Amino acid sequence: MMLSAHDLFAILPELLVIFAACAVLALDPITPAAKKDGLAWLSLGTMAICMGLTAARFGSPTTAFGGLVVIDNYSCFWKLLLYFVTGLTILLSLPYLKEERIYFGEYYGFVLLALSGMMVMVSGADLLTIYLGTELMSISLYIMAGLKRADAKSLEASVKYFVLGAFSSGILLYGISLLYGSAGSTQLPAIAAAIAGRSPDDSLLLIATILIAVGFSFKLAVVPFHMWTPDVYQGAPTSVTAFMAVASKAASFGAFMRVFVEGLGGMRANWSLMFLLLCMGTLILGNIVALVQTNVKRMLAYSSIAHAGYALIGVVAAGRLAPTEAASAISSVMLYIALYAFMTFGAFAIIALLRKGGLEGDEIEDFSGLAKRHPFAALLMLVFMVSLAGIPPTAGFIGKFYVFMSAVHAGLTWLAVLALVFAAISAYFYLRLVMVMYMREPEAGTALLPRFVSSPALSIVLACAIAGVVFFGLYPDPIVNLATQATLTLK
Amino acid sequence: MQSGGFPWLTLLIFLPLAGAAALFFVKETSVRMVALGVTVADLLFSLPLWWLFDASSSQMQFVENVLWITSPSIHYHLGLDGISLPLVLMTTVLMPLCVAISWRSIDKRVSSFMAMLLVMEAAMIGVFAALDFVLFYVFWEAMLIPMYLLIGVWGGPNRLYAAIKFFLYTLAGSILLLVAILALYFQGGHTFDIVQLSQQTYAPQLQFWLFLAFFAAFAVKVPMFPFHTWLPDAHVEAPTAGSVILASVLLKMGTYGFLRFSLPMLPDASKSFAPMIVTLSIIAIVYGAYMALAQTDLKKLIAYSSVSHMGFVTLGLFMFNQQGIEGAVMQMVNHGITTGGLFLCVGVIYERTHSRQIADNTGLTKPMPQYATLLVIFSLSSLGLPGTNSFVGEFLILVGTFLWSKIAAALASLGIILAAAYLLWMVQRVAFGVPSPHHLPKLTDLNRREMATLIPLVVLVFWIGLFPNPILSRMHASVTNVVARAAQSPQESPTSTGQLAPPVEPAPAAQTVQSTEAPRP
Repeated sequence: MMLSAHDLFAILPELLVIFAACAVLALDPITPAAKKDGLAWLSLGTMAICMGLTAARFGSPTTAFGGLVVIDNYSCFWKLLLYFVTGLTILLSLPYLKEERIYFGEYYGFVLLALSGMMVMVSGADLLTIYLGTELMSISLYIMAGLKRADAKSLEASVKYFVLGAFSSGILLYGISLLYGSAGSTQLPAIAAAIAGRSPDDSLLLIATILIAVGFSFKLAVVPFHMWTPDVYQGAPTSVTAFMAVASKAASFGAFMRVFVEGLGGMRANWSLMFLLLCMGTLILGNIVALVQTNVKRMLAYSSIAHAGYALIGVVAAGRLAPTEAASAISSVMLYIALYAFMTFGAFAIIALLRKGGLEGDEIEDFSGLAKRHPFAALLMLVFMVSLAGIPPTAGFIGKFYVFMSAVHAGLTWLAVLALVFAAISAYFYLRLVMVMYMREPEAGTALLPRFVSSPALSIVLACAIAGVVFFGLYPDPIVNLATQATLTLK
Repeated sequence: MQSGGFPWLTLLIFLPLAGAAALFFVKETSVRMVALGVTVADLLFSLPLWWLFDASSSQMQFVENVLWITSPSIHYHLGLDGISLPLVLMTTVLMPLCVAISWRSIDKRVSSFMAMLLVMEAAMIGVFAALDFVLFYVFWEAMLIPMYLLIGVWGGPNRLYAAIKFFLYTLAGSILLLVAILALYFQGGHTFDIVQLSQQTYAPQLQFWLFLAFFAAFAVKVPMFPFHTWLPDAHVEAPTAGSVILASVLLKMGTYGFLRFSLPMLPDASKSFAPMIVTLSIIAIVYGAYMALAQTDLKKLIAYSSVSHMGFVTLGLFMFNQQGIEGAVMQMVNHGITTGGLFLCVGVIYERTHSRQIADNTGLTKPMPQYATLLVIFSLSSLGLPGTNSFVGEFLILVGTFLWSKIAAALASLGIILAAAYLLWMVQRVAFGVPSPHHLPKLTDLNRREMATLIPLVVLVFWIGLFPNPILSRMHASVTNVVARAAQSPQESPTSTGQLAPPVEPAPAAQTVQSTEAPRP
């Protein structure tokens, strides 16, 4: 196959990101320690250019490499979200890495490599392309999770993530190979055509579907494939945790929905039942276990598991609705993940902000009396928690509203009721943090801590997160329209 | 529906919000003045509505309708009818008083406290004015967080428990409401417009489930027996202003919800559930009153009296006749005024003796004669003495109940007798009992600020008690509308005929009741 200019132009953003990653890795050894920040600014600049490129492509879909890669609105939507989150991650890392004393120029290189993997995932229209993207993302994340080299928890997180991640990749790959055996292709449109009209009880097809679902469920941290999440989220450096909780989840949802909607749409009666069970398990376990956490990062890990459950409701609904109506359910999932990105990233940014000297700042007790010590940080955390609990007028409510709407539309009213019951339960642990911040006195020891001094980079991160949470809570039209235009059609 | 015109309701909602934002930039010393200024301004802006309101129309007035979210189409749709107008005015009247009563008693994080009060005001007016179901839900839920913080940050010793209990109870109730709203959207022609949804007919089976979902949300808020257990805790721990808001406005949202949504949208289900609601209401009336008798804490006593009085409101609503419903709306307003006054009185004495126990606050007539007078007035109003406001509402409700069932009316009347018992007994001890010696030296009578806080409510007590017609006439057309809607009931399900279906009185009968009742005092 010849490389054509069209193909290269189609993946220009990916190429740019990979080029920037290589540049960061190459420049790192020759950059004096005092100027390492320059690498971050280089990465940020790349994000800005890519955002422009991808935004310009929105609305003019094309395919490249003989259909291995599609540049449609759907992939552009996810990519825009990914650039945004990566940009925030880089900004958050600037002050945070100094606090953690992690001085690796490679850090930004890994962030960019992970991003390029995610971009390939959401653009891939071929199972192997998607698999390659998944691996590129995962391997970068394994390394990033272990960057706090002196910290046993960080290393444990890295190894745990690697072992389980490799395991799940194997399952995914096995599923892909079985599907290839059954459908005779790895390209999603060809698979869809091959399985059209097949009996849903076709055992080979069924096993392949299950294995692929399991592989993705690991990446999405869906119960019962979530076990790695709490340890990894807690152990990894907070900026990496934020990146994983938001960007990797978004990319995985992007690829996952494309595979199941565009490739395995013919099996939707089967997979919607399967995801219904996973979704219920995720909602129940994620929210219940979060209740008893004493570490905020762990709590947010379980919360992110639970949020994957809410997003899955939309996927289940998409499988239940008529093909013409499924688009709205898919866009509700996209909307949910996009809005989830703002609030979750904001919450992790606050945790990163509390990191000071010897204090980890991620135990719930560390938040005692935060409203007195740092009222503004406490107010922001309050808004993020309220939004995560899904209470209006915040973005979290809008996300839940659309997902529940598609559930009711698909006749899954009982599932919406169940999910809302667990949303009410989740309010308890989100509000417990609010209670600790606002209704407890600061502990004796914490009063001695140096007061938090905000850096401009952190301020930008928090401003972006809070603006997203509040603005889209009050006026969600722009992002709803974007998701509606970018949705997939069930074939 | 008239549209356009001056956006009164937007002004009423956004003025407090702007005020809350402004408080962050105001010096700590002048925070109280600014908050008072904002709430008074809001009151002044709400007063013209009283005269601009066209009492002859049952249509929504002061309507504003702007597209908010395109897909699905959700509107920023506001408007008032004769039911919501008095409630909005009650809210704007009470808020400056809440600021005033917190003048001295709140001394930490004052600006945050005042900001919370102002956010509450905006959300409460929003709930009463919203004509889009999603907008209603947004306001309804948005209230939870500021109220949670009001109780949890500025409350009494057991505030954490009370705050989370309040929050989880109300949240758990309202989640089903959201599902019901979504289900209505798909069954009611893809709209969230409350006016349009109220004009459609839904299948009995659907009505059944929707009613239960609505009931979960509204019954917790009212609160109806047996969902009332959050109320005494929240009342006791909340700061005075929080108690006033809770009792006077928040509880009304539950009954307002029944009246605005359950009755007109789900008339068949409302009728088949009426026996249950009536039973629960009567239990609440009697049980609340009995519990009030046993209380030694003033706030708890008033909290249980609220359970009892709100039982009258739900009782009146589910009579489906003009008297019952008009009485219920009157009782909503009156309970807001009277109970608000009582809580303010408790707040005043708590500032002085730092105790809400009746035993610690006895014999106040001597040291505080003015205070004792006002306390007696509010107590008499609360027990429904003719000439005071509560009499009007309770009388109308009992008339409505009598038309439906004599036994129910007789049982409900028990509540009035018991109310006289617990309130007079309370007054006897607090006002006229043997003075508790260790408090006497430091007790001073009402200062000017406290006087100014309580007097407006006293005026309202007598004004509504003696001249209820201005309010009744304004709500008349709207209530007729609801009654007619409930009476239509085009799909008579077999279960909802014989045993239920109370006779719907024609409007003239209601007129006579009003005219015989009004000049009585």
